[in-house]
Amino acid sequence: MFDRRLFLHIDWTLIFIVVIISILGILSIYSATYPHQGNTKYLYLRQIYWVILGLALLFLVISFDYHLFIRLAYPFFTICLLLLLLVILWGKLSSGSQRWLHLGFFSFQPSELTKLALILALTRFFTREGEEAEYTLRDLFMALLFLGLPALLVFKQPDLGTAVLMVIISISLFGFIGFPLKAWLLLGGGAAVLTPFLWQFLKEYQKKRLLTFINPDLDPLKTGYHIIQSKIAVGSGSFWGKGFLKGTQSQLHFIPEQHTDFIFSVFAEEWGFVGCLFLLFLMLLLISKGLKIALASRDRAGTLLAVGITAMIFWQVFINIGMVLGIVPVVGIPLPLFSYGGTSVITTMVGVGLLINIEMRRFLLSR
Amino acid sequence: MKLNMLFEKNGPTEINKGFYWANIIIICIFALLIFRLYQLQIWQGDYFKNLAENNRLRIQEIPAPRGIIYDRQGFPLVESFPSFDVSLFRQDVRDVGPTVHLLSKALSMSPEKLWARLDGSKNLATAHPIKIKTNISREELAAIETRRLELPGVMVDMVIRRNYPYQNLAAHLIGYLGEISQEELEKEEYSNHKIGYMIGKYGIEQKFELELMGEPGGRQIEVNALGRKVRVLGYVEPNPGNNLFLTLDLELQKVAEEAMAGKKGALVAMDPQNGDILAMVSKPDFNPNFFARGVSPEYWRYLITNPARPLQNRATQGQYPPGSVYKIITAIAALEEGLISPTTTFHCPGSFSFGNREYLCWRKEGHGQVNLRRAIVESCDVYFYNLGLKLGVDRLAKYALGLGLGRITGFPLGNEKPGLIPTSSWKMKRWGIPWQAGENLSIAIGQGYNLVTPLQIACTLSAMANGGRYYRPRILKFVQAPHGEILQEFYPRQEKTLNISPETIRLINEALWGVVNSPGGTGSRARVEGFDVAGKTGTAQVIQRREGRGEYQEAEYKDHAWFACFAPLHNPQITVVVLVEHGGHGGAAAAPIARQVLAAYQGLKKKVPEQIRIAQRPEGEISEKR
Repeated sequence: MFDRRLFLHIDWTLIFIVVIISILGILSIYSATYPHQGNTKYLYLRQIYWVILGLALLFLVISFDYHLFIRLAYPFFTICLLLLLLVILWGKLSSGSQRWLHLGFFSFQPSELTKLALILALTRFFTREGEEAEYTLRDLFMALLFLGLPALLVFKQPDLGTAVLMVIISISLFGFIGFPLKAWLLLGGGAAVLTPFLWQFLKEYQKKRLLTFINPDLDPLKTGYHIIQSKIAVGSGSFWGKGFLKGTQSQLHFIPEQHTDFIFSVFAEEWGFVGCLFLLFLMLLLISKGLKIALASRDRAGTLLAVGITAMIFWQVFINIGMVLGIVPVVGIPLPLFSYGGTSVITTMVGVGLLINIEMRRFLLSR
Repeated sequence: MKLNMLFEKNGPTEINKGFYWANIIIICIFALLIFRLYQLQIWQGDYFKNLAENNRLRIQEIPAPRGIIYDRQGFPLVESFPSFDVSLFRQDVRDVGPTVHLLSKALSMSPEKLWARLDGSKNLATAHPIKIKTNISREELAAIETRRLELPGVMVDMVIRRNYPYQNLAAHLIGYLGEISQEELEKEEYSNHKIGYMIGKYGIEQKFELELMGEPGGRQIEVNALGRKVRVLGYVEPNPGNNLFLTLDLELQKVAEEAMAGKKGALVAMDPQNGDILAMVSKPDFNPNFFARGVSPEYWRYLITNPARPLQNRATQGQYPPGSVYKIITAIAALEEGLISPTTTFHCPGSFSFGNREYLCWRKEGHGQVNLRRAIVESCDVYFYNLGLKLGVDRLAKYALGLGLGRITGFPLGNEKPGLIPTSSWKMKRWGIPWQAGENLSIAIGQGYNLVTPLQIACTLSAMANGGRYYRPRILKFVQAPHGEILQEFYPRQEKTLNISPETIRLINEALWGVVNSPGGTGSRARVEGFDVAGKTGTAQVIQRREGRGEYQEAEYKDHAWFACFAPLHNPQITVVVLVEHGGHGGAAAAPIARQVLAAYQGLKKKVPEQIRIAQRPEGEISEKR
């Protein structure tokens, strides 16, 4: 159980960074949904509750040794897969959106949780006991199976962004595992073969988004328009920004999904280049802290887990902000701790909790 | 030193390599993001600021022409005409109050209704116009145009609107349009619809909304500070909706509508060889044109409060006691169970005593000694009372269900009703009373709890006519893309083969021919020269007739009149089922209506041989089923 001495080793800086990012996010949601009427009336309030709940879970997570979570990785992974299946079936039945699981008082997205489950499962797989000295193609195949199952289910939802994210996180992890060269060649070849195949399974609007990214003139009324409006919002923020609640782009609702996936454009318009640099700095701090924790971990399990979580946060930051800035195609991925969304906030908070957990237990010699 | 100890496997180098590359990637990507931010916010900051300050990008939607609905020969049943809509660009309205005031006067709309419109569109991007009123009159158009300068942000667009040139014709099948509701907007299937759209609310217009709607196009335009167009930045051509080809025959439908005019009831004409609906009428009906222009509250109130329920499709949703038409089922059951042979006779003295009751035959003086054929031809009730007693409710129900009664036929439109075939266990469950032997008599002649829809009778009789193939009724033949390609074809679908011996079918069909063509037959008024009509009359009591009392003469107590027939006897081409609510005797009220349709069909056949009709299908390659 929780060792009193451990309390001294909690990384309060990391928690501080997380809280600051969350507050900036809440302010942006407040602004994006201003004036608070209609469906989006209480979103900022709800986000506050989610952040508080997330912090509580963060502390809960650090009170158990992270090896416990790794040991429970496979059951957790299985549950997530079942939830994903359930979501698809549920969606089929109600012919509604297939990303959410509605549990009466709240709804959540199993695909968010599955990212963590995947990282834990891969960590568990690559730290199993009695393994041979070298990783073989068989290990790669197994790892791809771990990745493939949830990624395909999420892809089916259809949530292209999260599926791609799972692939990128896994590949990032593979980079730390030490596969032989031929494994990487196989991976590259497989991807080249699979991509045109998967393309056929994309929904019409997803294809359109990707093609529109390459050529915005293809769809000037919808996605193309959104990209242009998002760029106008960010660009018009200039150096100092327009100030809180003064962003005309967001206040006039030019930006689509402006409290979720495009929240950064609201922030960028109101806080300008200076604000953006500050936020990027905080994100970079969070990520580099994560890497440092990975490097300093006392065992391989901790390293891999920390790398996975850091990779998850890092790629989400890049894809989301890149999307808002028009350098990455529009795929629905939230900005960690910033975008509105309970499951996303909680997933990130639990991830950060695991990071702190790994860091504070590096001094303990016994398990 | 520490690291060496910790990484048992692959040594520290692999991990270190990983961190090395991770650092490089992270630095590069953050540098890229910062560079991009610098580019947008510092280099191009003024440019974007300018664009944002007078964000003058607009999206003007160009509506897609709705798909056309054709009859089986390619005659359009609907058309489109141009009309004018008023919409508002909220952002260009400096002062909403006066604008609302002016608009409410010009368009004779209450200000409250206008505000509700604006509030309902809060979540729409500002660059999208809000529809204020559709299909404005010439006067309203003039009122807006003259006040153009006082109404910045108000736009008038021309749109294509639906028209139904044949007015009420086949209204229950074609359906009508209405403005999309808030609940409908939230549905996944309408995710491409926006507020103000007219969508199908009933019939084919609703069922095939997604085929018919097409894909609206639009213009992305840059406007100046006064809201005037400066240049077009992007243009997307609208995609017209797909066309639908029905199995309906316009000419026959016209005749059927005419024959049913002023009546209350339903008519179904079907091709017994494949289940194609050739005509379907339900009276009273409604005029879909009143909906296409935005239904007036008065008309809507009339439709929903009218006790005759004009919006109900009586052919598929009207559940009626089948009356003597049901004798066909009773006869089949008795023959198949081996309870009677064609030569079995019963004596009909005009009534039948059972328990302490007298069950009357419709013919007071009685039929004398009757065999099966005569019992059907002259519709002798006493003969069938005898069969009812022999059969019992549950055996009879088995055959009724096997013949397709008591459940929906699978007609794709509307909320089809299943009717009711009673069994003893059903009665126990429903009413908690055991089945009475006397009730076997009533149900044998189609009275009592039995309920059927006209469409069910048409399907069952068609299966009898064609020798036992039971088809699911088909209304849509195929979906055609605007450029002619056939996107989806719907084939006739045989649901099952009746489990009845060919001998029984032949026997019954011959007797049905006798109903129309033999002397004393109850259906003689449906006779068409040279077209061997076979059918059965039915007179369904609305309330139980008391002994010794005559027929009720008050309209609401008068019997329902049935006539169900097919023609010709061999190689049948058409099945017609007529139901006239409170029409009186089937032979007198329903058979002449069926005759008009049969005669018209025979006439049309002579005019347009089937081969030519089929060849008239529009050309285009058949693509795979979607």
